[in-house]
Amino acid sequence: MKGGLNLPVLRVALYEGSGARPLESAQRLALTQSLLDKGYRVTRVSQGGAPPAAADGNALAVLGRFEQTFPEQAGDSDQPVFFRDVDGMSAEDAVAMVEDLCKQRGLHEPGGWKPWFPVIDYDRCTNCMQCLSFCLFDVYGVSQDGKIQVQNNDNCKTDCPACSRVCPEVAILFPKYRHGPIHGGEVSSDDIRRESMKVDISALLGGDIYQALRDRSAKAKSRFSKERDEDRALKERKRCLTKLQQDLDIPAEVFASLPSLDEIQEKAKLARERAVVANGAANGSGGQG
Amino acid sequence: MTELRDNPAQPPRIVYCRCAYSRVVPADVKDAVLASLIEAAVDFDAAPDLCEMSARKDPRLKQIASQGPATIAACYPRAVRWLFGAAGVQLDEENVRILNMREESAEAIVREILPAEARA
Repeated sequence: MKGGLNLPVLRVALYEGSGARPLESAQRLALTQSLLDKGYRVTRVSQGGAPPAAADGNALAVLGRFEQTFPEQAGDSDQPVFFRDVDGMSAEDAVAMVEDLCKQRGLHEPGGWKPWFPVIDYDRCTNCMQCLSFCLFDVYGVSQDGKIQVQNNDNCKTDCPACSRVCPEVAILFPKYRHGPIHGGEVSSDDIRRESMKVDISALLGGDIYQALRDRSAKAKSRFSKERDEDRALKERKRCLTKLQQDLDIPAEVFASLPSLDEIQEKAKLARERAVVANGAANGSGGQG
Repeated sequence: MTELRDNPAQPPRIVYCRCAYSRVVPADVKDAVLASLIEAAVDFDAAPDLCEMSARKDPRLKQIASQGPATIAACYPRAVRWLFGAAGVQLDEENVRILNMREESAEAIVREILPAEARA
């Protein structure tokens, strides 16, 4: 997984409960903001509370201005808990201390991956499998009962919302996308009308996208043999890709990382087969998503 | 904003999403909401990024959903609900209120999230 997502996480408790003095207001805000912006989860425990327990295989750092002894944790936990006194410490120094703790203990070091991946709204999804057929990066898969699901979210190309644009039901969200309804805003009747008119990427390129790519490849080959004009063919391909890029708001980097044409054809064939099998399984179990 | 079933016995847990890896939530809104939470004498959980928690299927999401009423200050309710869904966690719509920092003002969020006596 990208960014060490499978490693245990260090959660930080900003502790002002029993056995600790309150933090200065400015320090509390600066520390919380800095920890969050660095990617650490923060739980605030105000006056009268006890430090939370570490849980779920993750570690816990309890930061505070402690009296002589460290307070008792709430509940039992076998997970590591690290108490650190931050009295008089700047937010930068406290965050650096937390970062060192992660490094020393082999814990997940946050950052490094912008969490960008499709999220399926199963209230809208009809299990049509267009997303499975469309995505070239194996983000989508099918559950044992034939339901479309996101199986490899870290394969998704950052800032690329293309699969959501081929979904005829507006059922694929990218919560960090700029515009609705892909960002998760409510779907309006205008959105539905637009979807019914569109994309079906087929309409965009006058047929199945992979067929379009194959056709263009064939045309290019034909031109090569007749004219040997590689520059012209390259220009043609760039024009096609630029149109696709603009229409679907796909980052240029995604095009740069597309598989070869042979691989695309193979993926398309496999995806179609999986979709047929999945739809058969879903129909058999009555489980349209 | 989604409605929350009244439960005077148990104040809602407060969950704040910083959306740390993106600029889609206006910085002035998320900063002002955080500042108000910090000033108030309330406990809360602040996540750097709910999307990341969803991606790692963080067990904490299940805790948030299962420990009684909660108020989540994040982004679009449909997105938040299905981010939890993607982690295998179903939010109880009667128990969980989702506030949208992409659309609402900081004042409106704070008014919803903090009891009157806790507001500065």
